[in-house]
Amino acid sequence: MSISKFTRVLWVMPAFLLAGCNMVLLHPSGMVAAQQGHLILASTVLMLLVVVPVIALTVIFAWRYRQSNNAATYTPDWDHSTQLELVIWAAPLLIIIALGALTWISAHTLDPYRPLRKVDASHTVPAAVKPLTIEVVALDWKWLFIYPEQGIAVVNEVAAPVDVPINFKITASSVMNSFFVPALAGQIYAMPGMQTQLNAVINRPGDYEGFSANYSGAGFSGMHFKFRGLSAGDFDHWVQSAKTAGRELNNQGYLQLEKPSERDPVRRYSVVTAGLYDAIVNQCVTPCPN
Amino acid sequence: MSELTSNLMGRLTWDAIPYNEPILLWTFVAVALGGVGILAAVTYFRAWGVLWRDWITSIDHKKIGIMYIILGLVMLLRGFSDAIMMRAQQVLSFGNSMGFLPPHHYDQVFTAHGVIMIFFVAMPLVTGLMNFVVPLQIGARDVAFPFLNNFSFWMTAFGAGLVMMSLFVGEFARTGWLAYPPLSGILYSPDAGVDYYIWSLQIAGVGTLLSGINLIATIVKMRAPGMTLMKMPVFTWTALCTNVLIVAAFPVLTAVLALLSLDRYAGTDFFTNELGGNAMMYVNLIWIWGHPEVYILILPAFGVFSEVVSTFSGKRLFGYASMVYATIVITILSYLVWLHHFFTMGSGASVNAFFGITTMIISIPTGAKIFNWLFTMYRGRIRFEVPMLWTIGFMITFVIGGMTGVLLAVPPADFVLHNSLFLVAHFHNVIIGGVLFGMFAGINYWFPKAFGYKLDPFWGKCSFWLWVSGFWFAFMPLYVLGLMGVTRRLSHFDDPSLRIWFEIAAFGAGLIFLGIMSLIIQLVVSYRNRASLRDTTGDPWDGRTLEWSTSSPPPAYNFAFTPVVHDNDTWADMKKNGYVRPQRGFIPIHMPKNTGAGFIIAALSALGGFAMIWHMWLVACVALATMLTAVIVHTFNYKRDFHIPAEEVVRVEGIRTRMLASHV
Amino acid sequence: MSEIALPSRERAVARTSSAEATPRFYLTHEHHPESGTLFGFWLYLMSDCLVFACLFAVYAVLGRNYAGGPTGAELFELPLVAVNTSLLLLSSITYGFAMLEMQRDRLRTTLFWLAVTGLLGAGFIGIELHEFANLIHEGAGPQRSAFLSSFFTLVGTHGLHVTFGIVWLVTLMVQSAKHGLIPENRRRLMCLSMFWHFLDVVWVGVFTFVYLMGVLP
Repeated sequence: MSISKFTRVLWVMPAFLLAGCNMVLLHPSGMVAAQQGHLILASTVLMLLVVVPVIALTVIFAWRYRQSNNAATYTPDWDHSTQLELVIWAAPLLIIIALGALTWISAHTLDPYRPLRKVDASHTVPAAVKPLTIEVVALDWKWLFIYPEQGIAVVNEVAAPVDVPINFKITASSVMNSFFVPALAGQIYAMPGMQTQLNAVINRPGDYEGFSANYSGAGFSGMHFKFRGLSAGDFDHWVQSAKTAGRELNNQGYLQLEKPSERDPVRRYSVVTAGLYDAIVNQCVTPCPN
Repeated sequence: MSELTSNLMGRLTWDAIPYNEPILLWTFVAVALGGVGILAAVTYFRAWGVLWRDWITSIDHKKIGIMYIILGLVMLLRGFSDAIMMRAQQVLSFGNSMGFLPPHHYDQVFTAHGVIMIFFVAMPLVTGLMNFVVPLQIGARDVAFPFLNNFSFWMTAFGAGLVMMSLFVGEFARTGWLAYPPLSGILYSPDAGVDYYIWSLQIAGVGTLLSGINLIATIVKMRAPGMTLMKMPVFTWTALCTNVLIVAAFPVLTAVLALLSLDRYAGTDFFTNELGGNAMMYVNLIWIWGHPEVYILILPAFGVFSEVVSTFSGKRLFGYASMVYATIVITILSYLVWLHHFFTMGSGASVNAFFGITTMIISIPTGAKIFNWLFTMYRGRIRFEVPMLWTIGFMITFVIGGMTGVLLAVPPADFVLHNSLFLVAHFHNVIIGGVLFGMFAGINYWFPKAFGYKLDPFWGKCSFWLWVSGFWFAFMPLYVLGLMGVTRRLSHFDDPSLRIWFEIAAFGAGLIFLGIMSLIIQLVVSYRNRASLRDTTGDPWDGRTLEWSTSSPPPAYNFAFTPVVHDNDTWADMKKNGYVRPQRGFIPIHMPKNTGAGFIIAALSALGGFAMIWHMWLVACVALATMLTAVIVHTFNYKRDFHIPAEEVVRVEGIRTRMLASHV
Repeated sequence: MSEIALPSRERAVARTSSAEATPRFYLTHEHHPESGTLFGFWLYLMSDCLVFACLFAVYAVLGRNYAGGPTGAELFELPLVAVNTSLLLLSSITYGFAMLEMQRDRLRTTLFWLAVTGLLGAGFIGIELHEFANLIHEGAGPQRSAFLSSFFTLVGTHGLHVTFGIVWLVTLMVQSAKHGLIPENRRRLMCLSMFWHFLDVVWVGVFTFVYLMGVLP
């Protein structure tokens, strides 16, 4: 009695735990991440079509053909059946054909470099809306976000208005990092001397976790930032708060900022030297010899 | 004078000894006591001569195989200690608590864990099993190049020794197990850690490459008469494909690590941020080695399962030909998928899609293999001995890992799962659930062949159940955490709601610990009860392949007469069709002779590596020169073989005759 | 293939009927499998070939990353490299002569041609070191740019192989002089022959890919 109760609790516990946790990848707040989450579910279901029968057959065969079961047929020399072998090659093949098609299509529609055509599942990008450009620099061990259109920069915090496509341009100062906001969209590497891109949109206002998803040294664990999805008005307000910070980010200041430090507080810059981001990408913030 | 000191000692000073870190200090004390204890025991039992003559200098493939497996199991303990420390750190390090491992230490632990588990646990276990089994399965007396085999083993062992040394002298790399530059470059990792990484892998890599060449030559040239390629046992087939992969992949690792060391030692600009270097080159090259590497590990495990499932189902293996072709297809495809390890580095959509689809295609032959094992069980008479349990545990566990692997091959899904704990769960799912289960199945299966008595089944079953349940408890939570967007290699967390999952994972690691303990107890108990577990027949499982036709353990020459093969399941065929064991007419047998050259050359290369790590240029030059001299001197030795006299063969076979008679 | 498709029972019948009585399950004489040395050495050469393939690939990627430093067109002295190339090609021919003499069992002429081969190889190394020294003297050392790093590594790795080849050659000459052209020494000379010709082939690639294409604008 008590044992059966205990086992019932054991069975229920995982479900309870799963319900309690926030699987952000499956319930994100940005359209791109949402589509990626759907893709995970769809692919899993497709593969379960073959995985579940295999597990079931393993258990059934193991039980049915156990040595003590003399009632079961025993054919020690049966080792070939053309029909059966056709089936066992064809079943995975069919699933992979379906999954391959899904892969080809989704790899193109969800290509992070491709500008968004829709802001959510049902709305295309209005003609009047211009994507917001944010330049991202991974530093040791913090994030610098430069808004070239607004002329501001912020350390360890980034914001965007909801339902406006964002175009991230991403690089790094010294080692490889990966720029990842799970609620917004998939990650992309931030690499020194190179630039990667990510197009995404946030659909629900809120504060979301962002971090580096690629180990980058001693301060890696503290390399968090806040991604803030804001309404249009709140976003303007947020930009203004940086504008009035009264701090300037020039080449000298960047070289100072670039030095390794951990768990830095949010820092806002009201002015950014023009061309700083390009200089970072080209590893030329100090005057280059050539 | 000071210049001489710097050439002699390089940058090695007393500061490199971590006597102020209690964990390392106690580990050192334990290792030192253990080491002294072993040395004392060897001296007490006057075993030095035996150790040197019969093991260290042995070129017998069986002994070398056993030594590889011992090395793998010992290193498993080290790699698992790292795992326990990581699990503990991730449970403790929440909110204000920073746990007990500062990043400087934690980052070494996860790097060492990965390096050790792949290079010094999985590789030695796989190589050891192939070394022991392949010559027996193909009816050969030894491998093609017995001296090289001994040398390969010692290179691997000394590579492992260097990694172990990094615990107590200096530090190990803090870069992750693949040491991506620029982080592993001299600017961001100036200390000796990455150099330990480079030199231990280079030294072990030479051993692996030579052993790969050796086993290919063995399988191609030394099969018993009548054993055509399509009559080879499946394990031998998978060994052949694995070694082809080794020979085709390890040179790439050698080259890329050499380039990284040039960057670090000579100031070149291959992977630097400045002067035209390109770190992406490194990432591409290391994965061109790295992806085939995972198939190097898994194919022999597939081979073990094929042997085990057919033996314990008492049936021919279903779909032998499709099994062989599936293995070959996997071998080839494994070279066309490397980019899936970095979809997130900004390749175009079509490139990503191409590599995603090639990756998925691998699951077709793999799926066919699983079905083949399934239909081997179908209409069989399954005996649930320990190797068979591991096989069933594998089939159920591995399909989950395969499924999550295919999921990760879908580029947009990988964008959110890359580097997450989901990924960590996936590759542990296939490496533990595939490779390690396979190795345990293989060890339980061939142990009686190697030592003449079976392993104790009770403790074997304990180990099995603890490992399997421990695996599920330890890694299913990581899948969940991955879906919660938790990335890997973190030493601290802010969100307390994650904690419960890490606690479950730590519980699982505890179960695995008990599983490892059961394995050790199993070995001890089996040794103590060896009389009652004795295998007098040489064929304890009613086996089907040639290794079961000789005695357990096999004589030095393996087979008194070279077998002639008519059928895939050679031994099953011999038993069925009236094979009578020959008892007279023995002739002298031509065998290779033991030599200490391999051990000495490997030791010198480790000394050279250690000197390079610490910039002791003088010592490095002397070690290199001595090594070259030793190699040349070795080539002047022409007396490398001898004949086992016919009387000796008569004596050994006579013992077997009596043993067989006592059994009946 | 067709044999595989047969069910096992029929296969067994087929075998016994062809072998008439009970099948023979073992050899009664000592079995000497064919030596795997040349095959094994060939496998090693293929793995070495992959090392070179990596270095070529690295050169292909980095070979134009001059980082503001000198280019191949500015640095390479083709006439010198041409001399170098002919030395190495010639040494392959003389090695061939040595092998022909070995087939005829003539130790002294074999040793003579081996010595010529070694000298040509040493000449090759000498010129290469001279070239390297000049480059470093001009400030175009391996640290200057990714192009020069990959150039020095590719050419230097080949040079290192030739150097080891010469050491090996001298060793084999001593061993042949001491023990004569016994089967072991013949096998070793065959291996070195493959190694030497292999390095020649690699050099043809280096000459074409690095030097000739390097001086193109």
